[in-house]
Amino acid sequence: MEIKCKKKLKGAEGEFNLDVDISIEEGKVVGIFGKSGAGKTTLLRIIAGLEKPEEGFIKVGGKVWFDSRKGVNLPPQKRKVGFVFQDYALFPNMTVKENILYGMEREDRKLLDHLLRITELTKLADRKPNQLSGGQKQRVALARAVARKPEVLLLDEPLSALDYQMRKELQVELAKLHREFGFTTVIVSHDPEETALLSDKVFILENGKVVDEVQPEKLLEYTGKYQLSGKVLDIKLENGRAFVVLDTDGFRTTVPIPQNLAKKLKKGDTIKLQMVNNKL
Amino acid sequence: MLSEDFIQTLLLTFKLSFFTTLILAVIGIPIAYFLAYKEFPLKPMVEAVVSLPIVLPPTVLGYYLLILLSQDNPVGRFLGAVFGEPILFTFKAILIGSVIYSLPFMVQPVQAGFESLPKSLIEASYTLGKSRLTTFLKVILPNVKPSILTGIVLSFAHTVGEFGVVLMIGGSIPGETKVASISIYEEVEALNYENANLYALILLGVSMVILATVYWLNKRFSRLG
Repeated sequence: MEIKCKKKLKGAEGEFNLDVDISIEEGKVVGIFGKSGAGKTTLLRIIAGLEKPEEGFIKVGGKVWFDSRKGVNLPPQKRKVGFVFQDYALFPNMTVKENILYGMEREDRKLLDHLLRITELTKLADRKPNQLSGGQKQRVALARAVARKPEVLLLDEPLSALDYQMRKELQVELAKLHREFGFTTVIVSHDPEETALLSDKVFILENGKVVDEVQPEKLLEYTGKYQLSGKVLDIKLENGRAFVVLDTDGFRTTVPIPQNLAKKLKKGDTIKLQMVNNKL
Repeated sequence: MLSEDFIQTLLLTFKLSFFTTLILAVIGIPIAYFLAYKEFPLKPMVEAVVSLPIVLPPTVLGYYLLILLSQDNPVGRFLGAVFGEPILFTFKAILIGSVIYSLPFMVQPVQAGFESLPKSLIEASYTLGKSRLTTFLKVILPNVKPSILTGIVLSFAHTVGEFGVVLMIGGSIPGETKVASISIYEEVEALNYENANLYALILLGVSMVILATVYWLNKRFSRLG
């Protein structure tokens, strides 16, 4: 999948140019990471055909979706995309079931039941969106987008509204759907952890330009955070303070930790340490 | 107790309101859609024209319609030829006048309804492969139901209460153009307070019931979401 596009955008600090030229291996999950206002959502909207770049070329699976030189510009209806909007955009007049069926080209009850099961919505199938929690709404939006059998799944800030537990669940669901339907997934996010968690590869977008391409585990470093995991070798209590002795990449490290945390740990546990560089 | 004249007048009033509302639903919803979703340089002008009847004295609107629909005017002659008779002082004339007079009462609530609908709903429908028409019928219309209902009821009620325009271009022909509000005026002029009172009471009751129904339905709709 190839995406080349140029478009003038208005940001908080005046105009800037969105100028992107990336190619994505089909079937992969890529993250596009950047601060808000970097042009991430616009890029997704351009891929979906909801916005038109001034210049560019978009090719997916051998098919040209957009080519400004040849005057090709497929409407969103003709592009096989599944778009999961930040506000989910569920149709309030339809039940969960009807929302998902609406996404299908031809009504396929088997696929409906299957999607409801994977996303654990079977029991909620007859509810209206206003009777659902944020996490449930998002699963419906995801199931609806997948029901179209898209070649590209686009997710706009998918995890921002969810708590930790729901993030984990969504990650699992997304992986299941991805394995089964094999679409290319593009996730945009301003949250490095969420981007790293979900993607195979991450593009860093700054002021409309892709400035780097990194592996997800390097993304945290990039943002000034560094993470490493350590295996708990021992937990010590000295002078009313708790310490944990860790094996981090073969190095023995002793770190002071709060007492209540120490009580929850036992030898053999793996914990993650995160360092934040405040200068960045 | 109710004379035949009286019943005829009331029936005519409701017939006028019914057809006015019907025509307004057919033309007002597309106008509202157009104003809500399209951007063009003359849009403020079009919006002003649509809303003009709210601020314009009915007699002013009636006066211009009187000129426009007369046989001395090409528009009036054209309409006369289409309907096979001069249309001034007929039911058709007051129907045309009512449609123009109540237009903002249909367009404004529906336009506001369209505008308050999140754009992402429409875009989601497009990305799910659905055409503009399907999106309009299955996503937009069902989600602006309360606004459309408000538009319908307000148009109906506003037409029931119409006076100036109908008087100017309809005259007061019993069974053809004499509506209830005009009857009240005439009964009062003839010092016939008993009849005036009856008409007034009925119009008051009908208006009250209609508005209460709108608010009740709106409450139900908003609860159902």
